[in-house]
Amino acid sequence: MERIYLDHAAAMPIDPRVLEFAEGYLKDNFGNPSALYSVGLEAKRAIEEARKKVAELINAENAARIIFTGSATESNNLAIKGTALRNIGKGKKVAASAVEHMSVLNPMKELQKNGFEFNLVPVDATGIIDVENLNDILTKDTTVTSIMYANNEIGTIEPIKEISEIVHEKGLYLHVDATAAAGRIPIDVQTDGIDLLTLSSNDMYGPRGAGAVYIKQGVRLQSILPGGGQERGLRSGTENVFAIAGMGEAARIAKAEMAQESTRLSGIRDALISEILKIDKSYLTGHPTQRLPHHASFRFSRIEGESILLNMDTLYNIQVSTGSACSSKTLEPSHVLMAIGLKHEEAHGSMVITLGRLNTSEQIPHITKAVDETVQRLRKLSPL
Amino acid sequence: MGDLNVEQIGYSEKVMEHFTNPRNVGKIENPDGYGKVGNPVCGDLMEMFIKVDDDIITDIKFRTFGCGSAIATSSMVTEMAKGMHVDEAMKITRGDVADELEGLPPRKMHCSNLAANALQEAITDYKKRKAEKE
Repeated sequence: MERIYLDHAAAMPIDPRVLEFAEGYLKDNFGNPSALYSVGLEAKRAIEEARKKVAELINAENAARIIFTGSATESNNLAIKGTALRNIGKGKKVAASAVEHMSVLNPMKELQKNGFEFNLVPVDATGIIDVENLNDILTKDTTVTSIMYANNEIGTIEPIKEISEIVHEKGLYLHVDATAAAGRIPIDVQTDGIDLLTLSSNDMYGPRGAGAVYIKQGVRLQSILPGGGQERGLRSGTENVFAIAGMGEAARIAKAEMAQESTRLSGIRDALISEILKIDKSYLTGHPTQRLPHHASFRFSRIEGESILLNMDTLYNIQVSTGSACSSKTLEPSHVLMAIGLKHEEAHGSMVITLGRLNTSEQIPHITKAVDETVQRLRKLSPL
Repeated sequence: MGDLNVEQIGYSEKVMEHFTNPRNVGKIENPDGYGKVGNPVCGDLMEMFIKVDDDIITDIKFRTFGCGSAIATSSMVTEMAKGMHVDEAMKITRGDVADELEGLPPRKMHCSNLAANALQEAITDYKKRKAEKE
């Protein structure tokens, strides 16, 4: 049975063009970018070219605004802790939405343990930030407010421009985790009014092992990984040239192909949503229209998500995701599904589809049939 | 396999076999014993129905809401208990079920391994009904 991979939010295959572009930096061009001889300069050039391509993807003022890290998790940690700690003289408050990724929430909680006040901003049933609440809780002491561009579990796109206006009127800096959105929908840090932005290489078909932070001119932050002073002293450690060069090329391709690819994927997404919602007691999670073009997320009553995942994989060779407690490390249901107001038993039945370049409209009938049969089979086993 | 203390990766083949092809699914009308454990808020709910003849479990069926291991352990315990004397079946532990399934991932040992308890509930119910009749 042909594999149909539908969990691009978890991991993405590297684009073969990216691999071909960057693999030389694992082989002949292995030099340390800090070295002054030719093989080092070659590596340094690759990093600076990648910086330019990443800057262009998000319309940064210039390439120097981009700092490379090892992952989106590291970027979130640097943007949040680095900024909060550097600006401690301006205030000791931070805020984040209730649907942020753990790599945003946990650094915030760490700051809280160290004497910061941490405010969680609620969302509505579709996952959109409660802007009135945001407006109420922010003060001039709130140095970092972190709101994601779009959510990885429910696909909801946040009104970043509106949020930016509130943050800049009431607080200090806005950090945006764009891991799920970058390369999928247009992002313009200047018109959106973003001070700090997190990007992930693998989430745009780049190699794992690279992430980036955009830092607006004038925003000061301190390193959370001191050492040899690479990346303007903000992220020490010999650069992963292969992953960074690959991330740059991935960003270039994403920018060039975004319009066409998002139209293609949103067509598949809409067909999947309309077919899957024909199943009795099935519901869309997240926003019906303000949603990532490749993202379709659901919940089904009376069944459990880990069983859905296993059934889809074992019987149909289709890989999906779930926010069910039973499939999490902590055995807690997804905090995102809790934040949009689902009950525990509702959150258990979640299934998330995230599409990618290898998915085609020919797969739609296979996917919808597999989902339908999976739901029916598990409901037959269910006492509810 | 387990001698290096490496965490089990995913489910065993046996768990997946029982998940894909569960034995004794359904309900028994007018059962001699009925047990129900877990609750949907926690993500696992199991029902066990038994038919008993002369203290021997002659038929057993289950229905389960839950994850892969919840379904596989339910199926396995029905297979183990069928044909057994109720006093013997009462002694089946969660550990026995996990062993028969060639192990469960550590975090699944407690939450989703309720099938033995559902069986015990059904047997207790059978004994109670029997005592009431006598």
